[in-house]
Amino acid sequence: MSVIVPKSLSDALAALADNPDALVLAGGTDAMVEVNSGHRKPSHVIAINRVSELRSWTFDPVAATVHIGSGVTYAELMESPVAQLLPALAEASRTVGSPQIRHTGTLGGNLGTCSPAGDGLPVVSALDGMVHLASVAGDRSLSVHEFMVGVKRTARQPGELITGVTLPVLSGWQGYSKVGVRNAMVIALASTCLATDLDSRNVRLALGSVGPTILRCVEAEAFAAAVVSFESQSVSASDARRFGELAAAASRPINDHRATAEYRRHAIGVLASRLLRRAFPNE
Amino acid sequence: MSSVTGERISVGRIGDSISRPDGTPKVQGSYAFSSDLSAENCLWGATLRSPHPSARIVSIDISGAYRIAGVEAVITAADVPGSPTYGLISSDQPVFAADVVRYVGEPIAAVAADHPETCRRALAAIVVVYEVLEPLVDPERAIDGSHPDIHPDGNVIRRQRIVCGDPDIVGDVVVEDDYEIGMQDQAFLGLEAAMALPDDDGGGVSLYVATQWLHEDQKQIAACLGVPLSKVRLTLGGVGGAFGAREDISLQVHTCLLALRTGRPVRIHYSREESFLGHVHRHPVRIWMRHHATSDGRLVKVEARMVFDGGAYASTSSAVLINGVTHAQGPYRCDNAVVDGYAVRTNNLPCGAMRGFGVVQACFAHEGQMDKLAAACGIDPVEIRLLNAMVTGDKLITGQIIENVAPVARCIRETAALPLPDEPVGGHDHDPMRLPGGAGRTADSSHIVRGIGFAVAIKNLMYSETFDDYSTARCRLSDGVVTLKFATSEVGQGFITIAGQIARSVLGFDTVVIDSIDTDVGSAGSTSASRQTWMSGGAVNAACIKVRDLLFAAVAVSHDVDPLSLAVDGGDIIAAAGVFRISALEAASGLSFDETVEYHHKPTEDLDENGQGNCHTAFAFVAHRAVVDVDPELGLVKVIQIATAQDVGRALNPLSVLGQIEGGIAQGLGLAVMEEIIMTNGHVRNPSFTDYLLPTFLDMPTVIASLIEEPDPFAPLGAKGVGEPPTISSTPAIVAAIRDAIGKPLNRVPVRPTDIIGLRAFPSI
Repeated sequence: MSVIVPKSLSDALAALADNPDALVLAGGTDAMVEVNSGHRKPSHVIAINRVSELRSWTFDPVAATVHIGSGVTYAELMESPVAQLLPALAEASRTVGSPQIRHTGTLGGNLGTCSPAGDGLPVVSALDGMVHLASVAGDRSLSVHEFMVGVKRTARQPGELITGVTLPVLSGWQGYSKVGVRNAMVIALASTCLATDLDSRNVRLALGSVGPTILRCVEAEAFAAAVVSFESQSVSASDARRFGELAAAASRPINDHRATAEYRRHAIGVLASRLLRRAFPNE
Repeated sequence: MSSVTGERISVGRIGDSISRPDGTPKVQGSYAFSSDLSAENCLWGATLRSPHPSARIVSIDISGAYRIAGVEAVITAADVPGSPTYGLISSDQPVFAADVVRYVGEPIAAVAADHPETCRRALAAIVVVYEVLEPLVDPERAIDGSHPDIHPDGNVIRRQRIVCGDPDIVGDVVVEDDYEIGMQDQAFLGLEAAMALPDDDGGGVSLYVATQWLHEDQKQIAACLGVPLSKVRLTLGGVGGAFGAREDISLQVHTCLLALRTGRPVRIHYSREESFLGHVHRHPVRIWMRHHATSDGRLVKVEARMVFDGGAYASTSSAVLINGVTHAQGPYRCDNAVVDGYAVRTNNLPCGAMRGFGVVQACFAHEGQMDKLAAACGIDPVEIRLLNAMVTGDKLITGQIIENVAPVARCIRETAALPLPDEPVGGHDHDPMRLPGGAGRTADSSHIVRGIGFAVAIKNLMYSETFDDYSTARCRLSDGVVTLKFATSEVGQGFITIAGQIARSVLGFDTVVIDSIDTDVGSAGSTSASRQTWMSGGAVNAACIKVRDLLFAAVAVSHDVDPLSLAVDGGDIIAAAGVFRISALEAASGLSFDETVEYHHKPTEDLDENGQGNCHTAFAFVAHRAVVDVDPELGLVKVIQIATAQDVGRALNPLSVLGQIEGGIAQGLGLAVMEEIIMTNGHVRNPSFTDYLLPTFLDMPTVIASLIEEPDPFAPLGAKGVGEPPTISSTPAIVAAIRDAIGKPLNRVPVRPTDIIGLRAFPSI
């Protein structure tokens, strides 16, 4: 097994061009588990955690967007000022693993693994993030909805590197909720990100751990946009409940040893309803 | 996060809260655990395990493994020179499965090679052909005889009835229910690890291993190797927790066999997944109980049926069962009882010792019953427990009289009197992390209900049923330096700390050296059953007293004083009259003494067919009160506070006692709301810390503890063992608090979110 440790993006892309199927190692919190358990036996590893171009985020006030390099850690996303710009992402980052995991795991790794339980992914989905890929052949950007293809499957091609994601800074409330059977350091049984935008008067809802990949709840979103009052920040209790029911109906959970599909669907309904009340706290 | 009443300042004698010598190295990462051991020219060993819960082995072909470069040895059942089986109580478990496998994870072969990866490839190259059989996984089928015997010893490991008083008596008030306890893992952080070094002549072996009982390991290893005891020497490797899981043999025999076969040092380290398969667990148990009481809430009769699933091999199941049935009444006076208990064999993972040892299961059921009884009688749960609290001199349902200090009522009153949390749901700062759901921010304060629960426990200390679990200690005094030698496994409980405190108090010297913990001295018995403070503490105390008396005799001669008038006062030796005082160091100058003592507890008896007999050595008591916040819609729980008053006899090191209390509560909390090995048809579904959930800091409540110090006249230092009680009644207290919060019955642990909401725990098929 060879391990390449590029120091620049161009070196990383060159290495990846030479070994298009290499294991790209960022924080290693997913990849090393697979390697250590013998589920994955890479012949080439490209460790990108020293590629400085990937290690920072930038705010573009004109476009009202934040670009997050794929090597930015969860711990960094929990710090201000990025946590103020993207509060749901900060909340989601706090739910990831332990302090050690959050200091090494990256949002790029979350995208690369593309587990339906990836904690950052519902936020990227709710915000309609753009994922940036690079290779020696050139760069491309695509919507996260196109990027996430299925359970641990993405649109990334061999030889391509995830360089970052661009997220809009919305004008309304946003938040993240996740259910697990422990109060911290737990894999999501169900998770939700709700984001509102006062300018465009819309409500976005994304669900994690209840489908092959992150799900958006188009029907619930349309319903919410129609029934909430953006002026008075209000929603009725019955409408919030209905919103939860629509979210639950949009979920496509499975049974496994962690939870039943029935519980996951139920939890989605409760979380979605509660998040809508947080976003629109007045009756 | 915790407080304890009456903490004392540290100077290193009995009663001082000194820190443990292994504490700083463990925190700094410099402590050598047994997995850190290595030797020159050392090989790695690894174990091939059964993928099936029940199968006949048709053939094993190891030739492929030998063809891999770097593989030095491949061994199977055919290579075990001595006893093919081992076991703590009955020798029923094969070193390697020969013709059948009886659980997923049963060892079939072992390899030694130059690298762990070579080992992995060698294991993959061994071809085992199985004829897969239908596993026996329902304990009731082991009892009713509807499944063929899965072992020559039969499917029922032990049945024990208890009939006491009038079995037909009926109370004014009768409550009954069924209870279920899931399979908990000890989940120590320091995985199984050992290194074996063969003697130069190949005739014997030295083993460095993390274990709870060096001499029992030595005995079982020597029998399997077919060599005399003297040819097997054990030294304790650094132990990262035990909780019962290191009482049975796991990798010991395999490591020694590979070292003897190759003539080279061999080390084996288990992975976390292998650890889940490679050691025994807490028994899953189903319990039915019916309590009879007078209308004013006095217990009249306890009826129970308990079925302990022992898994594939006996381990300590028969002793765990005895603990379960003999503790069915709890810490309450009760004159009449009919209890029937089974420990059975199935193709599930083998179960054996774990902190609480059968009493955890009994306590969950009897405390659920006491709450039901309180409700049926219209009495407060605390009051009904006080009303029935046993006292010294009471007769148990086994006919045994409680001779120990039994401050049950005091435990209950002092626990109830500890302050409740002064903070509202979510805390004064409305931190969402403090709500059920924690970091997941699932709830707001308005979604949460709070409940309070109470539970009380009785726990036997030391071994039972005629077992003489003595302990040995050697004390040497040479030029003012005390050296203690014992084989007591320090597994994190803090014995090496209190051993030094005992020696300093008895002898008056500050410098106490703890010698290597190995088999070069007599047995100390197991670090289990809350017994080492009492037993090895008793042995160290007695050995130190012997040396002190020799020193007094020498001082008497050299200073012309009456030896009977001498006493140790801090660092001095004084005559009682106060006219004579000499520093202990000066008195001991040029003198050497060396004394070895065995400490035995009073003998116990077997139970007869009606469960009557003085089977237990001693008892300790504890009460817990839990305050729990619950999100009933999502089924999530946050334990806010545990208050406890524990009967400790005498706290030799209050800080260390508090450590046991906090750790035991964490383990009891784990069983209450998250820790369970989930098995489907004999297969483990969650053998990892991703899916076997242990409490984190955010799950751990504030603990307030009151130590009840009434020195026990039967304990050598007045000190009772304190390790197990904290984990026993903390579980039912938490579950009672959840019931109180949501107003629903919950008869199974761990309590799952679906249990709280009222959804099915498993998908309907």
